[in-house]
Amino acid sequence: MKKAIAYSILFLAIIAGSSFKFLPLNPPRSALKLPGGFQVHVIADSLGAARHLAVTSNGIVYIKLAKLKNGKGIIALQDLNGDGYKKTGFGNYIGTGIYVKDGWLYASSNTDIYRYRLNEKGEVIDTAHAEKIVTGLLDRHEHNSKSIVLDNNGYLYVNVGAYSNACQLQDRAQGSPGINPCPILDSAAGIWQFRTDKFGQTYGDGVHFATGLRNVVGLDWNNDIDQLFVMQHGRDQLFQLDPNLYDAKQSAELPAETMYALHEGDNAGWPYVYYDPFQKKKIVSPEYGGDGKKTGGENAVDPVAAYPAHMAPDGLLFYTGTMFPERYRHGAFIAFHGSWNRAPEKQKGYFVVFQPFKNGRPDGNWEVFADNFAGSDDISSPGQALHRPCGLAQGPDGALYVSDDAKGTIYRITYDAR
Amino acid sequence: MKKRLVVVITMLGAVVVCLNIRPTLAEAARGGPGPSTMQRGQKIYEQTCLTCHQADAGGVPGMTPPLQKSPYVQGPAVKVIGIVMNGLNDGVEIDGETYTNPMPPFGTVLKDQEIADVLTYLRSHFGNKAAPVTVTQVARIRQELKK
Repeated sequence: MKKAIAYSILFLAIIAGSSFKFLPLNPPRSALKLPGGFQVHVIADSLGAARHLAVTSNGIVYIKLAKLKNGKGIIALQDLNGDGYKKTGFGNYIGTGIYVKDGWLYASSNTDIYRYRLNEKGEVIDTAHAEKIVTGLLDRHEHNSKSIVLDNNGYLYVNVGAYSNACQLQDRAQGSPGINPCPILDSAAGIWQFRTDKFGQTYGDGVHFATGLRNVVGLDWNNDIDQLFVMQHGRDQLFQLDPNLYDAKQSAELPAETMYALHEGDNAGWPYVYYDPFQKKKIVSPEYGGDGKKTGGENAVDPVAAYPAHMAPDGLLFYTGTMFPERYRHGAFIAFHGSWNRAPEKQKGYFVVFQPFKNGRPDGNWEVFADNFAGSDDISSPGQALHRPCGLAQGPDGALYVSDDAKGTIYRITYDAR
Repeated sequence: MKKRLVVVITMLGAVVVCLNIRPTLAEAARGGPGPSTMQRGQKIYEQTCLTCHQADAGGVPGMTPPLQKSPYVQGPAVKVIGIVMNGLNDGVEIDGETYTNPMPPFGTVLKDQEIADVLTYLRSHFGNKAAPVTVTQVARIRQELKK
């Protein structure tokens, strides 16, 4: 009898246990999928929220963290010639932006921009004393990361994201009208230009370089044509905010994530219009009297390329190296962080895309270059993604570096045809 | 040795079985919310909350707080009712992670019964375990907020 009871309990236990199949005992390893001839090496992991990264001419990798790791906000990885990487940290502030140029390391918090002098080996000379070159940029929680890039004339460009989705009176509330004119545009939702060598610059010292950009995280300078390119995160929640005009499916596919080639004074149209990739037009936002068809933004620039909605382009890099095959040279890599705003539809993105370029403009269709960061094609919620690509950088040998801000994995992608 | 292993496996199994059925038993025992409350609550969650808080209530890292095993969801009813009614715009921090997207107020969008239903649903799903929220509690807080 006792035996029978034991067996029946065991039987129950097995049945119950089997219903727990969805809990993986060993989480699947993230194996990136790359085109033939490319290899990937993980050079660091578990750094946490690894946002953007930059590589010096001697191969030191600097990574900006959005969450302090052992009290440090910047991690330096130094290649020990085949014996792994030496990892050091400094900077006690969180942030996203980091860039290396002409012997200086630039890094941003969510309000300020700092720079550090590098020695000939690419090491920061004095990690304890950063020069604060820009201060007082707006941080009102939403879209607060400050991405940075430099041109070749001593100027730095920084994104200040809109602390809003669509400039409604009540952010993200159904039925709340758009404020006209949108007051956010005076100090956010745009790109500002500052000198790289002046201390303590504030808004007034800089140039309001471009406006009408809801939120830009990925940006890069195109040296072929000497022009700033940015990736805008398109607006969210068309269906939730205006269910009479859009259904959930349309809301998952609208609007496009957009690439702009900017000149000083350009306006990209946010919040008054959004870019519809199917009609290939700037459409008036519903909060400003739009009906899903009415076009607007006559004075706003058109994107030079459009990508599927909500995939969140967080990194942009023009590839100038010679390691990768010829077709990649002068083209752009884009790190798509992966969507959340497609729910209840399946989420999308979580990959690095290659966009071919010709004469400084996108030429031909984009293609997925590095895939499977998420570890699965079936992601319904971004928390399920094992890794999320965020930053991109090019090494002195032409290798491509990708950061992941979900787990803090740093990938080095190389090419060898053999 | 073998015997001991069998005993251990059996005990573990029994625990798993108990864990699996516990919510229903516990609910029935304390005469908790019926299936209709849960069904209504789930529907409101899917229609109103899911886009931001996601199908698995996991939220969006860095943007929208998770509602799984949430100190907010399981906290005092007064506080969580207030958040649903008024929204939240302060940049919430949970387990060292900051969430930056604002939550709009739903006080004018959802009725008292709907707020009670969705909170009751959340407080017994996604790893949360807290007492149901009643329509009386919601109505009282709505009155207090009007003052």
